[in-house]
Amino acid sequence: MASKKGFLAKAWPPIAVLAGLLACWQAAVTLGGVADWLLPSPLAIVQEAARVWPRLMEHTEATVRLTLAGFAGGSAAGFVLAALLHLIPGLRTGAYPLLVLSQNVPVIAIAPILTMLLGYGFLPKVLLLMVVCFFPVTVATLGGLSSPDPQLRHYFQMIGIGKWQMFWRVELPHAIVHLFSGLKISASYSVLSAIVAEWLGTNKGLGAFMLLSFKGFMPDRGYAAVFVIVALSLALFGLVVLAERCFIRWQPEKEAGKE
Amino acid sequence: MNGHLEALGREALRVQGVRKSFGKRGAGKEVLGGLSLTVADGEFVSIVGPSGSGKTTLFKVIGGLERPSEGDVRIGGKLTTGERGHISYMPQQSALLPWLTVAGNIELSLAISGVDRRAAKEKTNEWLERIGLQEYADAYPRVLSGGMLQRVSFLRALLAPQRLMLLDEPFGALDALTRLQMQQWLMSIWEQNRRSVLLVTHSIEEALLLSDRILVLSSSPAVVREEFTVPFGRPRSEALWTDPRFNELKQRIYGLLKADMEEGE
Ligand SMILES: Nc1ncnc2c1ncn2[C@@H]1O[C@H](COP(=O)(O)OP(=O)(O)O)[C@@H](O)[C@H]1O
Ligand SMILES: [Mg+2]
Repeated sequence: MASKKGFLAKAWPPIAVLAGLLACWQAAVTLGGVADWLLPSPLAIVQEAARVWPRLMEHTEATVRLTLAGFAGGSAAGFVLAALLHLIPGLRTGAYPLLVLSQNVPVIAIAPILTMLLGYGFLPKVLLLMVVCFFPVTVATLGGLSSPDPQLRHYFQMIGIGKWQMFWRVELPHAIVHLFSGLKISASYSVLSAIVAEWLGTNKGLGAFMLLSFKGFMPDRGYAAVFVIVALSLALFGLVVLAERCFIRWQPEKEAGKE
Repeated sequence: MNGHLEALGREALRVQGVRKSFGKRGAGKEVLGGLSLTVADGEFVSIVGPSGSGKTTLFKVIGGLERPSEGDVRIGGKLTTGERGHISYMPQQSALLPWLTVAGNIELSLAISGVDRRAAKEKTNEWLERIGLQEYADAYPRVLSGGMLQRVSFLRALLAPQRLMLLDEPFGALDALTRLQMQQWLMSIWEQNRRSVLLVTHSIEEALLLSDRILVLSSSPAVVREEFTVPFGRPRSEALWTDPRFNELKQRIYGLLKADMEEGE
């Protein structure tokens, strides 16, 4: 009850701001400040979305599928990688610079290589997303695994805990909080990365739909796709936050309040 | 064979001639300088010594976290130098996992100490009730006060099957009043459930109140400088403080520690 009320109290200011912005936007276009072939009004965009709704949903479904696969795969890979780097002595110092390097190569440069090797199917796009998504998860989890309170470590060593139990019982649970901060970053990257991946020669997905709409001088249709993309991003982020709430019941309230 | 004989003599701990230095290949400052001590089965022994004298290091050697450069550790008559898992432990900070409930924390430690799950659960419930904390069984540690946390931490050490308990300044972080209450509480529980205890403390009163024997440590390197048998019977109470022998012992131990500090300067 209390948390629901708290949520409403926190939710209405941004909603009000958003509504205000949309109203200004609508006014700007209707009153003739902005040409509607450049920036259609929100109302026009919603009308267009309703008109092409079945098709829009078809593309949305493709994007959602790609996003979820890439996000889940990338996060899982990132997590496993963090565990390996943590558990295998020496690997961390050796491999960490390479990981950072992998993030310095622009996605746009990796994409053609992947397409060349694997064609235009689903797989290269998922791989592209995974490259983007794994890194925040790895870095955050790795930080969490190596940062439990030294006093806790000392206590458990004194009572004779083994390396594996230390990992499962102490380091991993401690890292969960950090893992979720990594997941949130990955979640926010993943939808946009899926859109970029869909520009690479395909006719499915919101990315492709958006590109075709803009190229075909149908900005309202293009912006309808943009609306859906924004909604997807928010939804995925919200899902991660929700999972975090369910998972981390023990956390002090002030942590949750920071959001 | 020797170990068997010693076990018959019911010796919980024997530390013999333990040396330990840190630094490059152990060539740095010597922290433990050939330290020897014993704890009999069911005996409560306290160590007092200046801070930085190597008490925690000694515990690490007994617990098997550090290997001594010289000397042996025997627990229950068995040679255990450098081996872990033979002791139960209570640190200064309660060291409860924040993501486990009070009961969950105790059960986990018992599981690590080799108790099976079902027995651990039963024992935990029974004892939380006995010490009046049953309503906190499913609470997370953050809602408990410092005193309550240390009660849970002590219980966790007491319930482990290992006969030897190491307590490293268990009340060092508590305020004076809570500390007094905790000493009384620990003593009453321990007197009903005798275990072999080695306690490190800064407080001479605490050592006198709780122990059968007190070892005064000298620093750099640490050896047992002098040993006192505490002459008071059990059960004990605060009434001890008015006993003239209490104050006399306190003065002598204080004098030793002070002399050590002055030598160090
Ligand atoms: N891992 C270590 N490496 C180097 N020096 C250490 C290490 N652990 C302890 N020491 C040194 O050993 C001395 C004793 O420390 P400690 O056992 O913690 O003392 P106490 O518990 O009596 O306060 C200190 O001077 C400390 O600096
Ligand atoms: Mg210490």
